[in-house]
Amino acid sequence: MEHAASKGQSSGLAVDIERTWLGRLGYLWRLLWRDKSGLLGLSLFLLLVITAAFSPLLAPHDPLDQNLSDSKTPPVWDVEGTWKYPLGTDNLGRDQLSRIIYGSRVSLTVGFFGVLIAAGLGLVIGLISGYTGGRTDAVITGIVNLLLALPYLLFVVVIASIFGRSLLNVILIFGITDAPIFARTTRGEVLRIREAGYVESAISIGARRWRIIFDHILPNLIGPLITVMTFEMSAMIFYEAGLSFLGLSVPPSVPSWGNMLSNGRKYLTVAPWISTYPGLAIMISSLGMNLLGDWLRDVLDPRLRRVKK
Amino acid sequence: MQRYFLSRLVQSVLILLGVLTLVFFMVRVSGDPASLMMPKEASQESIEAFREKMGFNRPLPVQYLDFISHAIWGDFGNSLHFKTPALSLVLQRLPATVQLAGAGLLLAILVAIPLGLIGGSTPGSLWDSAGRLLGLLGQSIPNFWLALVLIFLFAVRLRLLPSFGRDELKSLILPAFVMGLPVMGSLVRLTRSAVLEIRGEDYIRTAHSKGLDPRRVYYRHILLNAAIPLISVIGVQFGYMLGGSIYIETIFSWPGMGQLIEQAIGWRDYTLIQAIAFFTSLVVVSLNLLTDLAYAWVDPRIRLGS
Repeated sequence: MEHAASKGQSSGLAVDIERTWLGRLGYLWRLLWRDKSGLLGLSLFLLLVITAAFSPLLAPHDPLDQNLSDSKTPPVWDVEGTWKYPLGTDNLGRDQLSRIIYGSRVSLTVGFFGVLIAAGLGLVIGLISGYTGGRTDAVITGIVNLLLALPYLLFVVVIASIFGRSLLNVILIFGITDAPIFARTTRGEVLRIREAGYVESAISIGARRWRIIFDHILPNLIGPLITVMTFEMSAMIFYEAGLSFLGLSVPPSVPSWGNMLSNGRKYLTVAPWISTYPGLAIMISSLGMNLLGDWLRDVLDPRLRRVKK
Repeated sequence: MQRYFLSRLVQSVLILLGVLTLVFFMVRVSGDPASLMMPKEASQESIEAFREKMGFNRPLPVQYLDFISHAIWGDFGNSLHFKTPALSLVLQRLPATVQLAGAGLLLAILVAIPLGLIGGSTPGSLWDSAGRLLGLLGQSIPNFWLALVLIFLFAVRLRLLPSFGRDELKSLILPAFVMGLPVMGSLVRLTRSAVLEIRGEDYIRTAHSKGLDPRRVYYRHILLNAAIPLISVIGVQFGYMLGGSIYIETIFSWPGMGQLIEQAIGWRDYTLIQAIAFFTSLVVVSLNLLTDLAYAWVDPRIRLGS
């Protein structure tokens, strides 16, 4: 009874809304509006993207401009603060707000391209492993399990120390070391989808392997992969800041949140704001992506969506 | 159960062999391990002499077999900085890291599990909101930043707690809290969702409908079943803490393995780094194995199954 009712309702909805793209967007928006934490997550994420995209327009100063006579100016709400430097200046008199705005570029670049590479690699590896099965699958799964069993942070720190400080190196390190997570997700989903009735029907009417992969498996993978990408992007922003903090990410001259934190550590007693605000920026970005990821997980997994209704 | 134990044991040994292989190639990916390990300003002759001394000029398979055959007995060679066996240096630092991670884990369990249990039993309540907030914060606060903020508040401003070292018990409070917070967050989330899920199961409805004392339902049916997933997560988290203590130990000058690896990177002491990387992996893999066995032993579906 219950089952039939929910089925009738969802197919009715599907006819209404899934006909046009606009209708789909409107439906997504209604889902988002209902879940305020998802909305907050998306807003924070967009804030990060806009800040990174329009840094030169938003930043009041050049992030590299040194002004030694203004060094260690406190933020504006301090008695000694000034509107010239809303979040104060660092030990070299560089404007903190502008550095934080430009720092979003490093974080977002590492997070975005790192996740893109990891997801791409993981998708290919997971598809091969899940679809071919047999010995190939056993070998790949063994390697993936090995990599996932390692203390991740420790290995990333060591590898970064070997390759030296550059943005490209950091992106590649994260892109490669994070691929096993995507490979495992992809493999699991492929195994699940392959068992589905519609794939069996497609095989039985003689669909070719590539057709099944492109028409049936890939579209079903998009949801879970996007969810994992959101969480992993948040994790990479964290890890990049951590590497910067240890002096193992982008060169010290580049304004990045981790570099700022690490620099501020030396002045913690006299100018705590130098490391406080970049840390808040990391936290807000990460919070946004975690909230967005939680929401996406609920929305993109139709099984969960039905339960929630 | 015995077969399960054996297959997990074999799997762990294979993983550790994989780790050794990884650790071997790790210092060689840049092409020249000798110049990686020597100071940047070292002369060509001294790099050459070092290469000869370390045997980096031998064929790769010979080097590999030599490395593996020594490493499985715990011999990673001498630390380049201290000139003493690398593994014993790591072992000296182990107790401090275990103490820190243990204190952090204990703190996390003491706060997170009660909060998760209350939250899961009364969804939407004030306690539940507090638990969910904690879960979110634990996930989103960068620990290296939290460490600096707490040092500023409790050591610089209030002068209540020491900001570095391991001289007194008070020194443990701040680093253990920072270490425990993310674990606290994930444990609250997990406990809460486990309780919520179990509360909706048919056997709970059955237990209530046959008139069982609600307290008995809570303790026998909900708590016991929620404990099973918690065991595996706690074990994995402990391993994660042991391997992830680099920032916290560096900031608080805590004399453990995390601080040692940060120092070893500065000294370019890659034999020591290899030893730390392998040993930490050994601890993490063993913990995972123990956790899986405990899990299998607690869960009758695995214990009694084939």
